[in-house]
Amino acid sequence: MTSLLASGEALARLRGLPGVDQVGLEQRAAGLATRSIKTTAKAWGIDTAISMVDLTTLEGADTPGKVRSLCVKATRPDTSDPSCPKVAAVCVYPSMVATAADQLAGTGIHLASVATAFPSGQAPMEVKVADTEAAVAAGADEIDMVINRGAFLSGRFDVVFDEIVAVKRACGEAHLKVILETGELATYDNVRTASWLAMYAGADFIKTSTGKVSPAATLPVTLLMLQAVADFRDETGRQVGVKPAGGIRTTKDAMRYLVTVNEVAGPDWLSPDWFRFGASSLLNDLLMQRQKLASGRYSGPDYVTVD
Amino acid sequence: MSDVSVERSAMFEYAPAPESRAIVDIKPSYGLFINGEFVDPAESGGFKSINPATEETLAEIAAGTSADVDIAVAAARRAYDKVWGPMPGSERAKYLYRIARIIAERSRELAVLESIDNGKPIKETRDVDLPLVSAHFFYHAGWADKLDHAGYGDSPRPLGVAGQVIPWNFPLLMLAWKVAPALACGNTVVLKPAETTPLTALAFAEICQQAELPPGVVNIVTGAGDTGASVVSHPGVDKVAFTGSTAVGRQIARAVAGTGKKLTLELGGKAANIVFADAAIDQAVEGIVNGIFFNQGHVCCAGSRLLVQESIADEVLERLKRRMTTLRLGDPLDKNTDIGAINSAEQLSRIRELTAAGDAEGAQPWSPDCQIPDSGFWFAPTIFTGVQQAHRIAREEIFGPVLSILTFRTPDEAIAKANNTPYGLSAGVWTEKGSRILWAAQQLKAGVVWANTFNKFDATSPFGGLKESGYGREGGRHGLEAYLDV
Amino acid sequence: MSDRLSVRKTYKLYLGGKFPRSESGRTYLVSTAEGTPLANAALASRKDVRDAVAAARKAQAGWAGATAYLRGQIIYRVAEMLEGRRAQFISEVRQARGGTVKAATSEVDNAIDRLVWYAGWPDKLAQVLGGANPVAGPFFNLSTPEPVGVVAVVAPQTDPLLGLISTVIPAIVSGNTVIVLAAQDQPLPAISFGEVLATSDLPGGVVNILSGKVAELAPWLSSHSDVNAVDLAGVTDGELATDCERSAAENLKRVLRPSTEDWSASPGLDRLRSLVEIKTVWHPAGV
Repeated sequence: MTSLLASGEALARLRGLPGVDQVGLEQRAAGLATRSIKTTAKAWGIDTAISMVDLTTLEGADTPGKVRSLCVKATRPDTSDPSCPKVAAVCVYPSMVATAADQLAGTGIHLASVATAFPSGQAPMEVKVADTEAAVAAGADEIDMVINRGAFLSGRFDVVFDEIVAVKRACGEAHLKVILETGELATYDNVRTASWLAMYAGADFIKTSTGKVSPAATLPVTLLMLQAVADFRDETGRQVGVKPAGGIRTTKDAMRYLVTVNEVAGPDWLSPDWFRFGASSLLNDLLMQRQKLASGRYSGPDYVTVD
Repeated sequence: MSDVSVERSAMFEYAPAPESRAIVDIKPSYGLFINGEFVDPAESGGFKSINPATEETLAEIAAGTSADVDIAVAAARRAYDKVWGPMPGSERAKYLYRIARIIAERSRELAVLESIDNGKPIKETRDVDLPLVSAHFFYHAGWADKLDHAGYGDSPRPLGVAGQVIPWNFPLLMLAWKVAPALACGNTVVLKPAETTPLTALAFAEICQQAELPPGVVNIVTGAGDTGASVVSHPGVDKVAFTGSTAVGRQIARAVAGTGKKLTLELGGKAANIVFADAAIDQAVEGIVNGIFFNQGHVCCAGSRLLVQESIADEVLERLKRRMTTLRLGDPLDKNTDIGAINSAEQLSRIRELTAAGDAEGAQPWSPDCQIPDSGFWFAPTIFTGVQQAHRIAREEIFGPVLSILTFRTPDEAIAKANNTPYGLSAGVWTEKGSRILWAAQQLKAGVVWANTFNKFDATSPFGGLKESGYGREGGRHGLEAYLDV
Repeated sequence: MSDRLSVRKTYKLYLGGKFPRSESGRTYLVSTAEGTPLANAALASRKDVRDAVAAARKAQAGWAGATAYLRGQIIYRVAEMLEGRRAQFISEVRQARGGTVKAATSEVDNAIDRLVWYAGWPDKLAQVLGGANPVAGPFFNLSTPEPVGVVAVVAPQTDPLLGLISTVIPAIVSGNTVIVLAAQDQPLPAISFGEVLATSDLPGGVVNILSGKVAELAPWLSSHSDVNAVDLAGVTDGELATDCERSAAENLKRVLRPSTEDWSASPGLDRLRSLVEIKTVWHPAGV
């Protein structure tokens, strides 16, 4: 889908967005974090969270061997339990897409590639578009791009907007996730503005972070973005997904995010089509908690695989 | 605007998450706590305290007669004359610190007990009530040996024996608000907890024993309205403190006339929560919800009137309704419950009477779908739109989870409507514009103004009302005045 | 009954929440008032001062950013921990300063009670020192006290426990962090007090305790440009004190001059007041 509004109209709409009170937002997130998810709810939550994981490796040291290992894990997260759901996607650098595509063929697991000079985005536009096209050509059906934070923070929203539109075009049939890098945007007001900007420009998903900058995903920031996608659907009829990434390590964290999705955006977002976790170590914690629910005993690192 | 008829999610059902009751030990019956011991009342035949969520009987509670009050006041007087009055502030401080620390240690137990006796959710007693209780004692412990620096002159003296009557909406917290400053300043107390919520006060009595507080410094006399009347009218009481309805406060003020007793009152309210068009809308909606549904609306300073700027009224209403559909009503001991039980059958019928009046007067009620349990006292969170200033539900305190929604056009009109009430306890202001917050705070006739937040309490922050919401402040440096001879 | 051989304590520095030896490797012999050797205390160097200042600076924003209530609770916990070791400290203090057990007991009890007194100050200081100012215009105007930052203290040479507590604790009440040089000839109670701090939930770096020579280290504490205030309470040499004050002027540190006050007397607000800055904020009030 192309961008919903011409750039000028979209940019004018951004100025009318209501402010965000930091203390109020964070207190609402803290309130949601007190929800107690037990027994059947926890079992459902764990399985749902596993099915929402974008299992990720984005290191300079990535090799085909590492990527193949990750892909096998993605397909069969718990070797001892075939009832365990598969993850939603594997997320790698463009250079690793071909390897991943080969390994994931026929599994139904999505293949997401970062692009646009991830993580900094500091490269000429042509390079960023070429990066995207290469990843798509190699077999990625999802693209995670980064917005131009320099342009955003210096107020050149039109530049940010146009880049997203161009990358969306380069994606072809692939879905586009737009990474806001909320840690660099610094204020919740900026996160709200960037969320709407990305959605107007055609994002299929808005994503919090590259995971390379701290703070990465937080519950308040994700809450805010869930609010934005819900409001966007009310205004335009189009549903956009949300992906928090980075810093989500435990099942407890993941449950808090699911509660937040449930109570802020609503149950329509409670599926891998509309909500993803960008994570690597989270999966093993989910698996250990799943094992505990099944066996009644606390599990340990020897009973889950390294990927 | 679209009609909001949202179905509860069929996909993510929160399983029951009950807090265990095993941590509390409720005795079958309790005596009065006088002079450091539990004693039998002068007359038998007390009353029962029940769990408002289930209507089960929890315990038999003694009803203190005027004879019992007499004994309690005498014990308080002896303790004041011989022990607590002469004691250096640094020693009083240590007792209060002990109490604060024991409360912190036993806070889970006390939170569960409070939820069972009062009906409010464990989430609130655990996360709001109990931390505030412990902090209130800790803060006031630190004043006991610093009264010289409190701004009341050198060595301000206490008043003597304080007679204190507290309500059922925050039982242990209201006890803390009364007892901590009284003791810190060197007074001794006779306190009457509310008839429907005596259990945490009785647990507090045990904590006083555990802290080895000298006998007679704190006395707890349970009972109903007549017991309270005995306490406040007893000639041996130097200071009266009351939190409750304006109607009873008025009676007490009349009773105290000519007696020389010092009096502070913390009474009712009908606070306006003003939302301007430039508010941070999502946080404002949270503030509206918190303002009236926190503690089932059993809050004197509840934001029970929403004054929303007309230009955003529809949007705020839609967001509010959507937000209300995620409120969970049910078992107060379930950790996911947001709205607990109404404290008593009596209070429930008062709420019903007033909401029926609102309906009859032509305002439009709305509630989200709630599963009301079969037993116990419950009222679904409710909003009324189309409320006008002259409606009963815009004037009278409902003291329940019922919000009256009115609109305004200009800031001046908002202030005029907000102030147009005999009450003056609190007010809320929602706008992103700092100067408007400060301007509104200056204009609003309320003892507490919350800007871009609501229902925030702190031991250091003075709380109390103007006009018919009472007089005197509790908390902070200003709150000490009520218990000093100044 | 056989004589059991005791396990002697090694007295090191308390720095950044840990107990390192002096980076110089030096020690000096500490003896009782009667001349009996007690232990080798670390002889801190200027580099230890440098490291302690760095630790104090690192901890300062977090400590000042904690709620006043939390700071008060932690100081109360210090009192709890010291109370638990009352017998130990009575013995250490008596050994350090000589005199009677009664006098040592009095010093220790005063020290505990003083901690309790200060525990109740963080959540009240702003109410006593700050306030709204009724300016002649449509403005809201509020003055509040803020900590100066990193404070260097030369602890009194007498009252090895009470003197140190009386100069250090008022500084941390408002959110300052501290480097303190213990009483030169009686440093052991101060170092043991570091153990009390370490078990009180006090974040590492909020208080750093050095033992060593006043003449060697006071000038380094006074001249350090990342120290915001220096309390020369324990500098008994008048010329040294003057030199310190002069070198403190380089970065305009706040200076508290040497003091011969009676440490057992009730402290009052002076130290609390002199280690805060008053910040005043204006905002218009208008529609």
